[in-house]
Amino acid sequence: MNMGGLEGPPMPPALGDAPAQPGRPSESVRDDGAPVLQVSDLQTHFFTFGGSRVVKAVDGVSFALRAGETLGLVGESGSGKTTTCLSIVGLLPRAARIVGGRVLFEGEDLTRMSQGELRRVRGRRIAVILQDPMASLNPLFTIFRQVAEPAFFHQQMRGRTLRARVQHLLKAVRIPSPEWRMRDYPHQMSGGMRQRIVGAIALAGGPSLVIADEPTTNLDVTIQAQYLDLLKDIQRETGVALIFVTHNLGIVAKMCDRVAVMYAGKIIEQATVEELFDDPKHPYTRALLGSVPKLGSKEPLYSIPGQPPNPASLPPGCPFHPRCREALPRCASADPPDFHLGDGRVARCWLLDDAVARS
Amino acid sequence: MPSPVLEVRGLKKHFAVRRGLFGRESAWVKAVDGVDFAIHPGETLGLIGESGCGKTTTLKLILLQETPTAGSIAFEGRDIAKLAGAELMAYRRAVQVVFQDPFSSLSPRMRVRDIIAEPLEIHTDLARSAVDARVAEVLELVGLARDVAPLFPHEFSGGQRQRVAIARALATDTRLIVLDEPVSALDVSVRAQIINQLEHLQRTLGVSYLFIGHDLATVAHISHRISVMYLGKIVETADSDTLCARPMHPYTKALFAAALPSHPGDRTESGAIVGEIPSPLNLPTGCRFHPRCPAAMPICSQVEPALQHRDGAGLVACHLY
Repeated sequence: MNMGGLEGPPMPPALGDAPAQPGRPSESVRDDGAPVLQVSDLQTHFFTFGGSRVVKAVDGVSFALRAGETLGLVGESGSGKTTTCLSIVGLLPRAARIVGGRVLFEGEDLTRMSQGELRRVRGRRIAVILQDPMASLNPLFTIFRQVAEPAFFHQQMRGRTLRARVQHLLKAVRIPSPEWRMRDYPHQMSGGMRQRIVGAIALAGGPSLVIADEPTTNLDVTIQAQYLDLLKDIQRETGVALIFVTHNLGIVAKMCDRVAVMYAGKIIEQATVEELFDDPKHPYTRALLGSVPKLGSKEPLYSIPGQPPNPASLPPGCPFHPRCREALPRCASADPPDFHLGDGRVARCWLLDDAVARS
Repeated sequence: MPSPVLEVRGLKKHFAVRRGLFGRESAWVKAVDGVDFAIHPGETLGLIGESGCGKTTTLKLILLQETPTAGSIAFEGRDIAKLAGAELMAYRRAVQVVFQDPFSSLSPRMRVRDIIAEPLEIHTDLARSAVDARVAEVLELVGLARDVAPLFPHEFSGGQRQRVAIARALATDTRLIVLDEPVSALDVSVRAQIINQLEHLQRTLGVSYLFIGHDLATVAHISHRISVMYLGKIVETADSDTLCARPMHPYTKALFAAALPSHPGDRTESGAIVGEIPSPLNLPTGCRFHPRCPAAMPICSQVEPALQHRDGAGLVACHLY
């Protein structure tokens, strides 16, 4: 049985071109230069112990993302990068609530949408790829069912059209002989293949934004390199905007156009990837870059003292000041504001105050 | 050159996998299939490879958690398979391990003092006060305050827990520590702390390390020599600088091509090799790497290449050379 050879309806020409649906913004919306996603002053707090304790997991985060662009969201555990992403797609745990700010996606504020409305957005216009592919795939269903679900649910595809669509998607993520492999179950696939299947599910709805939360953490290095190259290729073909959540600066250097570095719920520096690596403005960014081993160099690593702060009990002033080797007296008392350095470059550090004043 | 602390020769470990209805047919997983290496005093040997290459089985063989199918492991000149009684205890005292995830390698119900004291209580007959003194000493060695001894592991961050695990490994008269991806589970900003600490301890105590990892940059940074493993075999061994400057085996080259850039200006693409790691149940004939190798020749699928001296010191197993 070769379903790929059946006289079926024509395959969708490109991955991003899902059949036109009423209410779906047309391609032109993406191309007029307006950002696909604009997050402004997003605040997400966790309320525990009946609201008596508040943890400001995300505390005033702003960034924008255009079509075809890749933003790296870098930070350590507890810095709020995952909570930021979950806030965008409305998948926050019960204890968390968005208390301020806006998330404008293709002109609509996602924070004002009901869960029902968000369900029409998620999986179709925004897709999420999570870290562990085994946890995002259901072991009881075939690959076909899982990859077909977004097209079935959002685009009402059925029968041959649906089968052709699934095969097309699996081919796009380089699954060999998709007409056979789509009948397999997740456990029959290797780790790298599973993560590619998750990628196919993400693309199934023809999204304009994909949020990838550390998608390669569990993959081997050669498989990781294949997967990252694949994501780049898909982005080139479809013009999808990507948010790449990671703690790995190497992935940022390889994949991203712009970078936002998060620390203790805030973006402490935002720049293009070249600017960030060549001329980091925030001491935390500098320290992070200095602490990563570079291939072929035996120079001693810069060791950042202390640990990332507990978001439930942040130090006063700048949250990084206890670990900062360039801290000033006022860093301990006052949290620095955003300093805008032109071309969308932002850094939150008092050291820049003087720099701005002098220039 | 001084005699090696640990010398591994022709080490093999094959696991039987039963198949078929009555378990009659059996297949073999050749997890480790003829591995040789030596670790010298005060030296770090990096063992790098992807999942399924036999790193963890090698570790288990060294720690006597598995018995080898063939080959030998000699510690300071004595075959560890033949150790018994007091000599075996001395070996277990001298070789310690630090695991990847300090959240699961430390018992949540034991105080740090008891965690570090446990090997001392098993291996020495020190009095309680002497044990306490030793615990305080190793805590300070790894950069923790001596008064953290009464705390429980949950009161520490990941980096501090890993320091506790290192302190436990150092508590006895340790001469070799097997480090199984000791920084992969840690936050980026604390990884450098642990790497620097390990290097400092080696300089002051002269302890040897076997550093198992998959991140090329980290392994290359901490190791003096590196062995690259693929599907149960070492494909290339060289000192760290030589390997970084001139990798010779196509698999080593592929690992370098897959390594992430340290600067956006170094971006490369399409350097990634194709295919996935074959199942160790069904190994390719000839050279194990030939189905994925960009430079494969007809001979590669027939004859398995042997390790031979490569130029610039070291060994490589490839028909190209």
